[in-house]
Formats: sequence, C-alpha cells, structure tokens
Amino acid sequence: MENLIALLIAAPLLGAAVLLVGGRRLDRVGHWIGTLLSFVSFVIGLALFADLLGKSTEHRTMTQHLWTWISVGSFHADVTFRLDQLSMTFVLLITGVGSLIHLYSVGYMEHDERRRRFFGYLNLFLAAMLLLVLADNYLLLYVGWEGVGLASYLLIGFWQHKPSAATAAKKAFLVNRVGDMGLSIAIMLMFATFGTFAFGPVLSHAGDTSQGKLTAIGLMLLLAACGKSAQVPLQSWLGDAMEGPTPVSALIHAATMVTAGVYLIVRSGAIFNAAPDAQLAVTVVGAVTLLFGAIVGCAKDDIKKALAGSTMSQIGYMVLAAGLGPIGYVFAIMHLVTHGFFKAGLFLGAGSVMHGMNDEVDMRRYGGLRKYMPITFITFGLGYLAIIGFPFLSGFYSKDKIIEAAFAKGGTEGWILGGVALLGAAITAFYMTRVMLMTFFGEERWRNAPTPSPAEPSVEPAAETRGEHTEPHPHESPKVMTIPMIVLAVGSVACGFFFNLGDRFLHWLEPVTGHSEGHSPVSTWTVTGATLVCLVIGVGIAWAQYGRKPVPAVAPRGSLLTRAARRDLLQDDFNHVVLVRGGEHLTRSLVYVDHTLVDGVVNGTAAGFGGLSGRLRRIQNGFARSYAVSMFGGAALLVAATLLMRAV
Amino acid sequence: MNPVNYLYLAALLFTIGATGVLIRRNAIVVFMCIELMLNACNLAFVTFSRMHGNLDGQIIAFFTMVVAAAEVVVGLAIIVSLFRTRHSASVDDASLMKL
Amino acid sequence: MSFPLLTATAALPAVGAVATAAVPAARRTAAKWLALLVSLATLALAITVLVRFEPGGARYQLTESHAWIKNFGVRYELGVDGIAVALIALTAVLIPFIILAGWHDADPLETGSRRWRPTQGFFALILAVEAMVLISFESTDVFLFYIFFEAMLIPMYFLIGGFGDRAHAQGEEAAATQRSYAAVKFLLYNLVGGLLMLAAVIGLYVVAGNFSLQEIAQARANGSLHMATSTERWLFLGFFFAFAVKAPLWPLHTWLPNAMQESTAPVAVLITAVVDKVGTFAMLRFCLQLFPQASKWATPVILVLALISIVYGALLAVGQRDIKRLVAYASISHFGFIIMGIFAMTSQGQSGATLYMVNHGISTAAWMLVAGFLISRRGSRLIADYGGVQKVAPVLAGTFLIGGLATLSLPGLAPFVSEFLVLVGTFTRYPAIGIIATFGIVLAALYALVLYQRTMTGPVKPEVSAMPDLRARELVVVAPLIVLLIFLGVYPKPVTDIVNPAVKQTMSDVHKTDPKPSVEAAK
Repeated sequence: MENLIALLIAAPLLGAAVLLVGGRRLDRVGHWIGTLLSFVSFVIGLALFADLLGKSTEHRTMTQHLWTWISVGSFHADVTFRLDQLSMTFVLLITGVGSLIHLYSVGYMEHDERRRRFFGYLNLFLAAMLLLVLADNYLLLYVGWEGVGLASYLLIGFWQHKPSAATAAKKAFLVNRVGDMGLSIAIMLMFATFGTFAFGPVLSHAGDTSQGKLTAIGLMLLLAACGKSAQVPLQSWLGDAMEGPTPVSALIHAATMVTAGVYLIVRSGAIFNAAPDAQLAVTVVGAVTLLFGAIVGCAKDDIKKALAGSTMSQIGYMVLAAGLGPIGYVFAIMHLVTHGFFKAGLFLGAGSVMHGMNDEVDMRRYGGLRKYMPITFITFGLGYLAIIGFPFLSGFYSKDKIIEAAFAKGGTEGWILGGVALLGAAITAFYMTRVMLMTFFGEERWRNAPTPSPAEPSVEPAAETRGEHTEPHPHESPKVMTIPMIVLAVGSVACGFFFNLGDRFLHWLEPVTGHSEGHSPVSTWTVTGATLVCLVIGVGIAWAQYGRKPVPAVAPRGSLLTRAARRDLLQDDFNHVVLVRGGEHLTRSLVYVDHTLVDGVVNGTAAGFGGLSGRLRRIQNGFARSYAVSMFGGAALLVAATLLMRAV
Repeated sequence: MNPVNYLYLAALLFTIGATGVLIRRNAIVVFMCIELMLNACNLAFVTFSRMHGNLDGQIIAFFTMVVAAAEVVVGLAIIVSLFRTRHSASVDDASLMKL
Repeated sequence: MSFPLLTATAALPAVGAVATAAVPAARRTAAKWLALLVSLATLALAITVLVRFEPGGARYQLTESHAWIKNFGVRYELGVDGIAVALIALTAVLIPFIILAGWHDADPLETGSRRWRPTQGFFALILAVEAMVLISFESTDVFLFYIFFEAMLIPMYFLIGGFGDRAHAQGEEAAATQRSYAAVKFLLYNLVGGLLMLAAVIGLYVVAGNFSLQEIAQARANGSLHMATSTERWLFLGFFFAFAVKAPLWPLHTWLPNAMQESTAPVAVLITAVVDKVGTFAMLRFCLQLFPQASKWATPVILVLALISIVYGALLAVGQRDIKRLVAYASISHFGFIIMGIFAMTSQGQSGATLYMVNHGISTAAWMLVAGFLISRRGSRLIADYGGVQKVAPVLAGTFLIGGLATLSLPGLAPFVSEFLVLVGTFTRYPAIGIIATFGIVLAALYALVLYQRTMTGPVKPEVSAMPDLRARELVVVAPLIVLLIFLGVYPKPVTDIVNPAVKQTMSDVHKTDPKPSVEAAK
C-alpha cells in the first residue's frame, strides 16, 4: 500500500504537466483531464484511508522512500513520504474538496478561453499541497510550501491582464516569501541543532536541546505559518488574493493552502510543547488575528473580501488552538476540516451568486436573491449556519471545543484567550448574518442601481470586458456547479456531528498529535451556553442593522473604525508608506550610490590618470632641442650621482 | 706633453658641441655640433688608451667613427628631405612628432 | 600514453574557432553551422570526460603533464577534480545554446549602416572563449592557468565591443560609444586584477620554485614549504583580487552591468554564466589550496563583502529600469552567494557553491536568453516599454517566468538546492551572516516578480500587440535548459556525487571540519 502514496501526488502532477505543456490541442478536453486526475487522487486517498483504518492504531504510519534528494556531508534530505493520521486527514480534505472544486470550475470557467491552463494550475496546486502534507522532512515540506505559493501566485494572477490581479499575485508571493524566510531559518536552525531536519529524529529529540534554540525554531516556524495562513502581521495579502477566480478563493484561500500554517504548527507540536514562549506567541498571534479578521470582515461590502476576513479569523481560531498545546491540537485540525467544508461551500456559493449577477461582488447591490437562486441560497445558508456555530452543525462542535480549550489553558491567559474566542464568535455571527441578509434577503437593490459601485471595483473581469452595467438577471447556476455546493453543504452540516460521535476524530488523531484534557475553570455547558448567547447577540445586532432597516445601495461613510476596517485596519497603508515607499527610496538611492560612488571611485581614478597623463604629455612638445636639454640634464644628473656615490 | 691636457681639450670640445646642439636652430649646425661631441669623445677615448696603455679606447674610437659616418648618411638625408618639404632647416619647425 | 582527452576537449573549440573564422563572409550560414557542430562535438568530449571521471578515485584525474618552459619550471599540466568536471560540463552544455540563441545576432546590419560585422567572427570568438575557459578549468599549473585566465579577455573584449546589442534608444552612434565604454571598462577592470595576480604568480614562483599546483599544495600540506605569514597573505590577496574582479564581488562589480547591458544576450550569458565562473572556481582551487592560512585569515572580510554583494545586488536589481542591467545585478547577488558558500568553509557551503555555479549558469542562461528574445522583438531594453506580453506571447511569457522563478530559487528548480546548501553551510558556522543572507531570497522574489509583472502582465501595450511567440529555434534553446533546471532541482545527485569528494579534499586542505550539531539526532 505504501507505494500508492507517491501516486497521490503523481496524478495531479501529471495533470499539470500534460495541461501546461500540451498546448491548445487540449483546450477542449483539458478541464476534464484535470478533474479526472483530481478524482483519481481522491480515490487513491480513500483506498489508503481504508487501509489505515484496517490497521491497528500504532501501525498507522506508512512511509515511502523514493530517492535521496540532497546529500552533502552530514546534510541529508530524502524524498520520503509519510502518511499518518494527520496527513491522511489533510489528504482527504485536499483531494475531496479539491475534486469538488475542480468540478465546479468546469462550469464556472466555461467561458474563459484559458480554462485549460486554469486546470493545469489547479492540478499543480493539488500536487504541491499533497507534497506539503505528505513530506517526511521539513525541507521537502518546504518544496510543497513554496509550490502552493507558486500555484497561488499563478491563480491569483490568473487574469493577468488586470493590473490589480497581477499586483495582488505578486504581493501574495512576496508576503509569503517573508514567511518562507522563517521556514528556511527554522530548517537551518534544526540542522545546526539536531544535525537533521527529518520529522522523526527532530521531533523525538526536541526535548534534548536548550530552551532558547527551541524557542527560536518555534518562532521561525510561527513566522512561516503567519505568512502562509495570513496571520497578523503577514495577513495583508489574503484580501487582495480575492482577485483570483472564485474557485481559487474557495480551494486555496479558504479550505486548504491557508491552513498549511496550522498543519506546520501541529506537526511541529513536539517543538512547541518544549518551548512555552513560542507557544504563547502562537496563541497571541491566533487571538489577535481572530479579532482582526472578524473586524475586517464586518466592514467589507465585497462579498469575497468579507469571506476572506472571515477565513483569516477562523484560521486565527485554529492557530489559537494549536498554540494551546496538546489540549488544542486535535481541535485545531477538527476546526480546520469543518472550516474546509463550510468555507469552501460559502465561497462556491458566493461564486454562484456572482455567476448569476454579472460578476458583481458588491453586496450592497445584491438583495432578495433567495427567490432566484434557491439551491445556492440553501447551501450557502447551511454553510452560514455551520460557520456561526448553530447547534449541531459542524462549526458548533469544532469552535466550541476550541473555546473550551482556550479556557482550559488556565490562569489569566485562559480567561483572556477564552474571552477573545467568545467575542470572536459573536462577531462571526454578526458579519456572517450581515453577508446573508445583504445577499439573499431584503429588497432587490440590483434592480435600480445601474451606476457602478464606488465601494470596490468589480473583481471578475467579465463585467469589464462586456462593458455592461445593465440590470443583471439573477439565475441559478448549472448542475456542474450546484452539485459540489450541495455535497459541501452536506459536509458542513454533518461532519462535526460525525467527528464528535464517540470522540472519533480525537481518537483518530491522538496518536500523532497527542492529547491532554485541560482543567477548565468553567464547565463545558457554561461555555456552550455562553457561546450560544454570543451567537444570538451577534445575529441580533446584524438583524437590527441589516434585516429590519433597508440596506443603502451606496456605502455610508461609517465610523472611524468601519472606515479603518474597510482599509484592512490600515495595514496596507502602513506597508505602503514604510515598506514600499521606503524600499523605493532605498533602491533609488542605492542606484545613485552605485553610479556615483562605487563606479565614481573607479571612473575618478581613471580620470585622474587621464589628467596626469595630459600634464605629462605637455613635456613632449616636439621640439628637438628641449628633448636635448632633458637628455643632457639627465646625463648630468647621472654623472653627478655617480660622483656622489664614489665620494661616499 | 701631459696627456691630461688632451682630456681638457676633449671636455672643452664636448661642451662647445653640447651648447651648440642646445642653442642653435639650424639643423646642419646642430648636426655638426653633434659630430663635434662625438669627436670630443673620440679624443677622450684615445687619450685614455694612451694613458692606460691598452688599446680598447682606440678600438671604440673606430667604432664611434663608423657609427658617426652612418649617422651622417641618415641624418643628412633626413635634413635634406626636411628642407625640401618645408624650405627650412630649423629644428623647431619640425615639431610634428608630439602627441 | 593514453589519449589526451582534456587537451582534446579544449583544443577542439580552439581549432573550431580558427576554422570558423576562415569561412568566407559570403557563406556565413556555413560558419554558423560549423560553430554549432564544433560546440556539440566539444559537448560530446566533455560528456566523455564526465563519464570517465571516477568520483571516488584520485583527486586529479585524466592528468597530462609535459615540460613547457623548463627554465622557469612551467609545465603543461592538466587534470580535473570533481569541481572542474562539473564546470567543464556546464560550459560545454551552455555554448551550443549560446550559439543557437545568437544565430542572427551577428548578421550584417540592414543596408545603409556603416558598421561592418563579420558574422563568422562572432561565432569564432565564442568558440575561442570556450576553449580558453575549458583549459582554465583543466590546468593544474598556476602559470598555464594565468595565461588563459588573461587571454580570455581578448575575445571577450571583441565580443562586447564589436557585437553589441542593437536595441538602443539613442541610435547607432550612441550605441557604439556606450559599447566601447563597456568593453574598455571590462578590459581595464580585469587587466588590473590580472596584473596583481601576475605579481602574485611571480611571487609564488620565488617562494615555491615552481608553478605546479599539486606540488605546491602538497608541500604546503606536509609542511615542507613554509611561507611567512605576511608573504602568504600578500600572495593570497593578489590572487583573490583578480578572482574577485572576475566573479565579481562588491565593490569590484560595476563592470558587469555595463558589459551585460551593452552586449547581446548570448554574450551576456557567456560573461556571467561561463567566464565569471572561472573566478569563483579559481577561488576554490587556487586560493584555498595554495594559501589555506591566509584564506582563513581573510574569511571574515570576504564573508561580509559577499553578504553586501547579496543584499546590494538584489536591491539594485529592484531599482533597475533596464532588463539586462537587472539580470546583471541579480547575478552579482548570486555571485555573493557563491563566494559566501566557498568561504563559509563547510562541506555544505562549498558543495553548494559549486552546485550554485552550475545552477546559476543554467538559470541565468534560461532567463537572460528569453529576455534577449523579448528584447529582439521590441528593440528596447527598457522595462517600461513592455506590458501585457503574456497575452500575445504566452509561451515566451511562461518560459520567462520559469527563468525568473529559477532565479528566485523556487524549490523544485535547481537553484534552490544550491542556495539552500550555501545558506545552511554558512549558517552552521556563522549564524548571523546566514540569517542576513536569507533576506536575499525575499529580495530575489521582488526583482524577479516585479520584472515579470511589468513586462508580461497588465493591458497589452500597442507596441507589443503584434509580437510573435517563441519560434522553433528559440524553443530548442529554452526547453532543454528548463528541463535541466527541473531535473537538477529534483535530482541533483549526479552533480553532488561528483563534487562532494573534491570538496572534502579542499576542506582538508584548509584543515576545517563541519561544525557538529549540539544534539546527535541523526542516526
């Protein structure tokens, strides 16, 4: 069975190669090739899953060694895959959700002339993401890590002819590179400390080294996670990443890639367990991002950006849980999986809405769409209920556990973290209700609002190319798009309940991540009750603001906080002023320095010699008699010198 | 007669020749002054030969004469051709060799 | 006596150069084909060298040794270790692509131009450079090396000054002025370095009594040849300066942007991917082996200079407006990595540096040649003159992106392996320098992606709207390079296996061992 692991990656990789190299000949069937290979990978994943289930708990780790990648001195990196419960969970999520989104994209990208290429990139993403979760050492993980970054870059910038898309893609890659720097430094530290960076030896010896080194490794891994998972302070790229086609946002920027940071932290649990300071930093980052994302999500009128804020916030929950140590690892992953379902479903729903609305993204120009798009409405609604934690839906279970675990951290920290998590739940309920109400309820604001919306420029290009600002005719999307939405909606409803039945998920993952029950200062039921109260408050406020009152089609000016939140809490402005402007000045002055100073010194030397020779040249005046003078003078000098030497 | 007197004469002739080279403009005169210097050297060589009692100086004097003769041939030819092209035998006019 | 394989490898392109130059001007297509065939035959010989070289065998293999100038102990001594074999292979692989990419670069200008361009001369010069580079890699006699190290400047000078880039905004006259400035600058910089080296070579002879690398290194190792500390340092500096100019290391780098900017893209590749490698190679072979103590003494300063090169080169690349200058500054940054790896004195650093030389050669060739194809279509080197090329020429844009991604060391492509090895090798001994150098990877992403964004994406500019995509000849150039990049990124073992033993030897020459990890976690 081990030999199948490589096939998991090989199938989508083959797809990417065939689609990207194949050229126009494959335009007509390319999307089906991509989808098929994605499903092949999913089926292999299922087979491996069945195999793992058939084994006893302690034999559930499989490895497959392919070849020695790099070997120099004691530096040794293998291409080895490791399939255990943790990576299996990811494999199923990635290939399952990935396949559904492939299918959805067949419909969504139908009119795009570069659809084949799109599927090539999607397959490339799948391969890289699978490599990331299947790698058996950090360096191979790094390959997948940057591979998904590349796929993300290509897909965000898929509509390259739009400068905004190209800029967003570049920004995503660059911000991720800062995180990647953290990962490479972490690997170097591991090598310097342990002499290896393979999971097995590093994690089993994590306790043998000094606290300081472990903290450094932990912080560097956290930096990496921040970049990939859009956590503060490296979160700025995610909002802009919504420039990509919506299926991309669903797959990469909601369900899978952005959760890689959580995977990294959970996978490196042994290091974090032994480095409490790094762990604390993880929880702080998680808690801050949780609120940050939620606040941004409240202010955005662009449906995708609102969802992006929500993604950031939900990953904040996961990172927070991962920072809690063994009490939280399992729940971080559980929330990751349920989030994968409902957030992918929500994005696909958003895509479906945009599909029916001439690619309009401004929610102020939606409204009352439930009549026109019943399936989208129902699936989106179920995803909405799941994310806000409506009882007995997926989010209810997974989020509740995280809040409990946060309280169970104990001490003041526990109260603060738990409080933040509760507050986050309330805000989540608020902004998701807002999205729901603005999109599917209320008056049909698209009917009489032909002026272009000033709030956010339209993301999808079709509206621009068609040049239409006429009244849209909302309609339900084709089956190829609705079926994935329905499947995901079922997952959002049921998987939380399923996972929690007899703590199935816990027992499944525990051998890899470890688990310990914390001692919560408050009882489980109190936490659940408090969460539900927060939920009701959040929904209530949103209803009061957007349900009862009509939504203005043009965004009101809003309070200072709203305006700041619309601008991503000014992070971009900060980046622009400090990094972009500062960097521009730095490079410009360096170009100047290089030209005037470094080159100038050399050219100055050359000019100096030129000047000197110009002077000396004048002695050479061409008059024979002056040459004769110098000759006689020289001869006289020589004679004098000789006499002098003799005298001495 | 004291052979040192010949050396004084040689030094005198050489100085006259050198001065001539430096101050005269006419190429022919400069040329003759050079010859004068060469002959002053010859005189000194022969004197030294006599004083030290070996023949090296005399042999070198013969070499000098040969070289001087060759020089006259080439030098006069140059001067003549210069005079033909420029209608002047002044050395200061022929300053084209400078950079 | 066995067949002198190394001599043949270097002599073949030399003979080919003469033959190509002798082809009459009217039959210039024949000259092109001749040059291409010669370069391919050289590649075949180089592959033979690669095959016959046994990684586990003696340090120098395929040796040849003949007396040359007996009075001064100069010998014609050739021999290759793993590092040299890797670089010989790189050179032999790249030259056919360079020739093919420059197929039309030296064609006579359109009628009315006063400039005369001997087409066959262009190709003959390229082959001449190849011959000299190859013999520099092969020679184990310091004097022999020196001669070809310097002689290389002559054909390079004519390649830069005589066959410049036609894309110049200010017309032909201005282009000619700029070009001769660049060529003279190139020549002067390298001559100054070479003269200092000559002094050091003579000094070495005075101290050691012969020029044989192996003999001197051996005598140094077993203590029979003692050098005063100051003598060794002066000699080291003389050698190092020449190599640092060639490499080029900050602040001796300013000739490279000019030279690369003014020459045609294939010649720019020849400069940075092939000729400059002689400098870094010679640091490994001559500086470390002949002057181990002085090398260690100079290490801190050199590492700092290398670090400055990395960051400075990358920052300047970001600020460039000219595509070729941008690539040149990116190369300066990469040479910083190579030199850092060499002087980190760890096996990862030095193997990584050697691998870096190979990978940088391939990646720069891919990136720069595609840039050259782009420039030749539009007739401008300015980044601002492009935009939206992706829409009209997707294959060109795709290959350009892959070249850029290779330059920014994307994992999965060859340069990642070498860059990471260099970083790890530096980090284990000098953590602070390793960490600062890591910033280089962020900056690399910045310049590579900004260049791609500005030229390839966005709305299609009217001037590029009729731009044709890559032609068959151009694809033949680019595709194998990309395949090589991917192959060596996934499976670099063939190169590291050859290089590792040589690096081990070099490490023992300088009496250095890798730092040990604090926890023995590896089995």
